[in-house]
Amino acid sequence: MTLIMGGVAYDPKVLTIWDGFRQWLRGQGLDFDYVLYSHYERQVEDLADGRIHAAWNSPLAWLRTERLAAARGRTVRSAVMRDTDQDLTSVVVVRADSPATTPGDLAGGTVGVGAVDSPQSTLIPLSFLRHSGLDDVRVRRFDVGVGLHGDHIGGERDAARALVAGEIDAACMIDGNHLLFGQEGTLPAGSTRVLAQTGVYDHCTMAIVDTAPADEADEFVRLLLSMSYADPQVRPLLDLEGLKQWVPGRTSGFGPLARAVDETGFYDAAGTVTAREYDP
Amino acid sequence: MTEQHHPGAPLDLGVLGFERGAHLLVRRALHGVPVGGRITVTGGDPALGVHLRAWARREGHGFSAVTGRTATWELARGSAETDRWAGAERAGGPGPDGIVARPPAHWGLAARGALVEAGGPDVRFDVDDRDVVWADLAPRLYAHAAAAQWDPATAVDWDATTDVPAEVEAAVVQVMTYLVENEQAALVVPAGLLARVHPHFREVQQLLAVQAADEARHMDVFTRRALLHGGRMGTSSAGGRSSLATLLAEPDFSLASFLLSVLGEGSFLSLLAFLERHAPDPVTAQITHLARVDEARHVAFGVAHLEHQSGVDPSLRGKLRTAIERRHDALADTAGLNADVFDALVVLAAGAWTPEAIARGHDAVQELHHAMDEGRRQRLARLGFPPDEAAELSALHTRNFM
Repeated sequence: MTLIMGGVAYDPKVLTIWDGFRQWLRGQGLDFDYVLYSHYERQVEDLADGRIHAAWNSPLAWLRTERLAAARGRTVRSAVMRDTDQDLTSVVVVRADSPATTPGDLAGGTVGVGAVDSPQSTLIPLSFLRHSGLDDVRVRRFDVGVGLHGDHIGGERDAARALVAGEIDAACMIDGNHLLFGQEGTLPAGSTRVLAQTGVYDHCTMAIVDTAPADEADEFVRLLLSMSYADPQVRPLLDLEGLKQWVPGRTSGFGPLARAVDETGFYDAAGTVTAREYDP
Repeated sequence: MTEQHHPGAPLDLGVLGFERGAHLLVRRALHGVPVGGRITVTGGDPALGVHLRAWARREGHGFSAVTGRTATWELARGSAETDRWAGAERAGGPGPDGIVARPPAHWGLAARGALVEAGGPDVRFDVDDRDVVWADLAPRLYAHAAAAQWDPATAVDWDATTDVPAEVEAAVVQVMTYLVENEQAALVVPAGLLARVHPHFREVQQLLAVQAADEARHMDVFTRRALLHGGRMGTSSAGGRSSLATLLAEPDFSLASFLLSVLGEGSFLSLLAFLERHAPDPVTAQITHLARVDEARHVAFGVAHLEHQSGVDPSLRGKLRTAIERRHDALADTAGLNADVFDALVVLAAGAWTPEAIARGHDAVQELHHAMDEGRRQRLARLGFPPDEAAELSALHTRNFM
């Protein structure tokens, strides 16, 4: 039976990536195919309904998948992740001359975040700021690629630019993008300062639903875990997808996002989309 | 670059951050430990911990904060870099002695002698056989060619005009028009070949590139001479163009080189010497001299590379013979040399419009034909053809000279 995986086309390169994986996996003897979605919500619904067997999910998509599946009496597993998906952090950045020394000092000001559905630049950091004692703050969202769960970098970059331009008092972004924005000059060296850093959390995961053909699903996971960066055939695919090796999936790193989702009512317990101003 | 990081001692980055190149020092320190080995990093940049974590994750290194110490982190070297270069190989050696017989397609545009990462696209350069493309003389000829480049604006004294009679000037213009047409063919053929040669044979590409540049200059100076006294360009015959078109149609590297450089440009050596000798003005004499020196180099490479090839491929002479015969058959029904060109050569050699002078000029052009034939036979003999066969094949060469 053909194992069918869903992926979200957040960038044209996604086609290159999954077409490359498809060729490689089929070359290893796995009957594998993929379908691409324009946003995560439909992919998640199709996975929970069993129309596809696996889905390359954002962390937010993982949480909704878990809830939808449970509501239908199904189970899903977080089967495999990239090495770069584990133990990420987000940062709250202010201009170097900002008087703020703690998150609470941002009270009365404006914090810039990414898209409404971005785990790393909106949901997790805003939850973090609330728990740091910051309640009285305006939030300015930079909604780029809504429905892509923050995979599109545009919102974070726009927030960073607004920070430098003095339009907002702080900006939230994933640690890797803070590094990138510093190196590419979006955040000129010395112009900003990290005010706070969240605890660690996990990012994307390969979700597999229990209606998937068991042997093919196991072989899929086994083959992904076997991919070696030393293999010149495989290395370009890993480079494109941004990993050095696949690692066994886990669910222990989704706590901070689950807390944020519940605090904001982004999804309800059954996985229904309840977020306001969210129209992917 | 004398600062050394001692394994075990923390790498202190001072105030250097990742926005300004800290990764270079961190990577260098990681190179000092084996895969799985650990280094300790400290520094004063406030974002250092954030950036070290993100950078280490992206590069596949382990990351952890050192408990009990401020601004101190530990990295564990990952295997990504050693994995990437595990299957790498050297693309031969940098010098001519490092050339391999058949460079693989995936070496592509890599510099000869470079360490080539495994994988990457196959770039098709179909002329990739050392025995087909190489000549030991190529590096020396290239060096000579690079040193012998001349500037058309300064190498020729364009003001050194003499009073050339109008009808003799018309003959010069016709000959220049013909030369430009032939030089265009001589530019297009090596330019097309060089794009097909595997870059591993760097010196051959360089030589062909300079050869094309030589022809570009020749086209320039011959055109300038044609228009020097305000006249219009001469004629271009259908037969002449047919002859040149057969040169462009030859896809085989060795055969194209043979027809163009050994036979065509070889014949032009005699023609250019003839024009220099009978030039009615200093500019014509200078430019034909400069062009002949360049053409001699082109002929030398053509002969050298075919000599090399005939040494390893006994069937080569048969192929060369077939190429001459095929071209002769293709041109059998065409006029060959533009009649205007032939007449212009006679007028140039005559230098005057008396019956005696014209007879002298005609004899001189016959001698030119004889000299061209002699040159072709000598070069064919160098490629191993016996004298009778060389004479037979030389006679089949195009009447258009090139």
